[in-house]
Amino acid sequence: MRDNVLLKVENLTVDYKEHRIIENVNVDIEKGRIYSIIGPNGCGKTTFLRAISRNIKPKEGRVLLDNVSIFSLKTKKVARKMAVLFQTNDAMSDVTVRNLVEYGRFAHKKWWKGTNEEDNRIVDWAIKKTGLSDLVQRRINTLSGGERQRAWIAMSIAQKPEILLLDEPTTYLDISHQLEIMELIESLNREEGITIVMVLHDLNHAARYSDDIMVFKEGKLHSKGNPWEVLRESVLEDVFHVKTHIMNDGETNRPVFYAKKVVDINQ
Amino acid sequence: MENRFVLKDSPRFKIFFIMFLAVLVFGGFLVGNANGTMKLGVGQILKVLFHDDGSPERMVIWNIRLPRMILSALVGVNLATAGAILQGVMKNPLADPSIIGISSGAGLFAIFILVVLPQYQSLVPIAAFVGAMLASIIIYILAWKGGIQPTRVILAGVAVSSLFSAGISGTLVFYSSRVQGALTFMNGSLSARSWPEVMTILPYTIIGIILVNVFSNKLNILVLGDDVARGLGLNVELTRLGFTALAALLAASAVSVVGLLGFVGLIVPHSIRLIIGNDYKYMFPAVALLGAALVMFSDTFARTILSPTEIPVGIVMALLGAPFFLYLLRK
Repeated sequence: MRDNVLLKVENLTVDYKEHRIIENVNVDIEKGRIYSIIGPNGCGKTTFLRAISRNIKPKEGRVLLDNVSIFSLKTKKVARKMAVLFQTNDAMSDVTVRNLVEYGRFAHKKWWKGTNEEDNRIVDWAIKKTGLSDLVQRRINTLSGGERQRAWIAMSIAQKPEILLLDEPTTYLDISHQLEIMELIESLNREEGITIVMVLHDLNHAARYSDDIMVFKEGKLHSKGNPWEVLRESVLEDVFHVKTHIMNDGETNRPVFYAKKVVDINQ
Repeated sequence: MENRFVLKDSPRFKIFFIMFLAVLVFGGFLVGNANGTMKLGVGQILKVLFHDDGSPERMVIWNIRLPRMILSALVGVNLATAGAILQGVMKNPLADPSIIGISSGAGLFAIFILVVLPQYQSLVPIAAFVGAMLASIIIYILAWKGGIQPTRVILAGVAVSSLFSAGISGTLVFYSSRVQGALTFMNGSLSARSWPEVMTILPYTIIGIILVNVFSNKLNILVLGDDVARGLGLNVELTRLGFTALAALLAASAVSVVGLLGFVGLIVPHSIRLIIGNDYKYMFPAVALLGAALVMFSDTFARTILSPTEIPVGIVMALLGAPFFLYLLRK
């Protein structure tokens, strides 16, 4: 079981100025699984993602990638194992899809070398996998939201990461593009074996696509477990302050829920 | 959905355009060498260029025009490249060494040496670099708020620029008896520059050109945003620091030989972006060539239009630059 741990988070505490954003979080991320992080706005879920991808230095605690602290590793070494996709990829760049995906090979290249055969093969694979073959020459600022998100995902998987971190990958997309992205992420996990850790807003998506769900509340890890263990009426009431009704989706045997009403926390 | 073929995305077009710019530089070189009080033909220029026949034509070309044309080209390369770098690392399309105060930083330190400690004139390039670097660091400190904020860069830059300009004026007031050369310095001028100035700036231009072209991919990745760049494996802090130092070095070496020459770092990268796009791999060679051509043509214009009186090239640059920039903005 120990050998299966890809990313180990120990006693992680993150402060921003005087505020404690993350408090003493311990999580083991195992190889080959899909994890979703859910929680209300401001619960620290994005900060958690930024901390475990070394974009924020934690106040205390360690983040171990294959038993080595990510803060002692070279940026390039981390990038060969871990790819990260944040929400703010709205840089209206005029880079073409093909070039963007090629940037994904950066960590694998020596600076004096150009693109080699293997890089090209991996870039082609990433483009095909994300269904962008017809769009390779397009500039990303001419793509639709869903296409652009797929282009960024293609760039991330061109890194050939063992683990992919995503921050709300479906925000701003309509329902069919949301599903398209979720299905793409699922297939990256099932077919390519990439471990996924993603922050999701849509609890039904989290229930439908993840092996494990982590619930954050006020900077602390409130609960963690499979969708049935976590998506319970008591948990949702405690964390999101809503009364919910949870049912079984007969097709997937996963929980689905709908929110009934807000609970007045002052009562 | 826009699906048409876009000319500026074609690598072949970009390479063709860079070759066209190289021809333009050569054209600027010939026009500059041909014109002046003594008019010369292309044949004469080439003849006296390659062999010393002791003629007055040879004297004019070899001692006056040739070094001045080379110097214009090098200054153009440095300022345009510095502008292109700064726009990337500071994430601001208006970043230009003269607008955000890096040139004034270099200028203050250079003027201080020139006016107060003239016996240490050889230290001017180093002092200018220290001033440029100091200005960049102050801008970063002022503009940093959990990352580089583009609007704060400009606001901080304008403040830094005024501060250093005040320093320059102050120095000139206190040492008003020694300021003959300072006026042309303030406007940027290539008047009476020759081989020593070429030799001062040349090493920086060569180092700068090599480094920016070798590391252009890193800058491409940096402009995707700090988080993305770090995720891709780029050492963001080191890359930003290195490129800033390089821009400061390029700008400072230009300032130390021609003074405060504005607009080149703004106009040139923007024109290039509009024509061939933002990929630094193609931008750097194109920016260097267009920068060289622009300063060469402008200086030739500056010294011939009111001949025999010369006007500082900085004035021509501002006259050309300001309307051209407005035209770009409205396009």
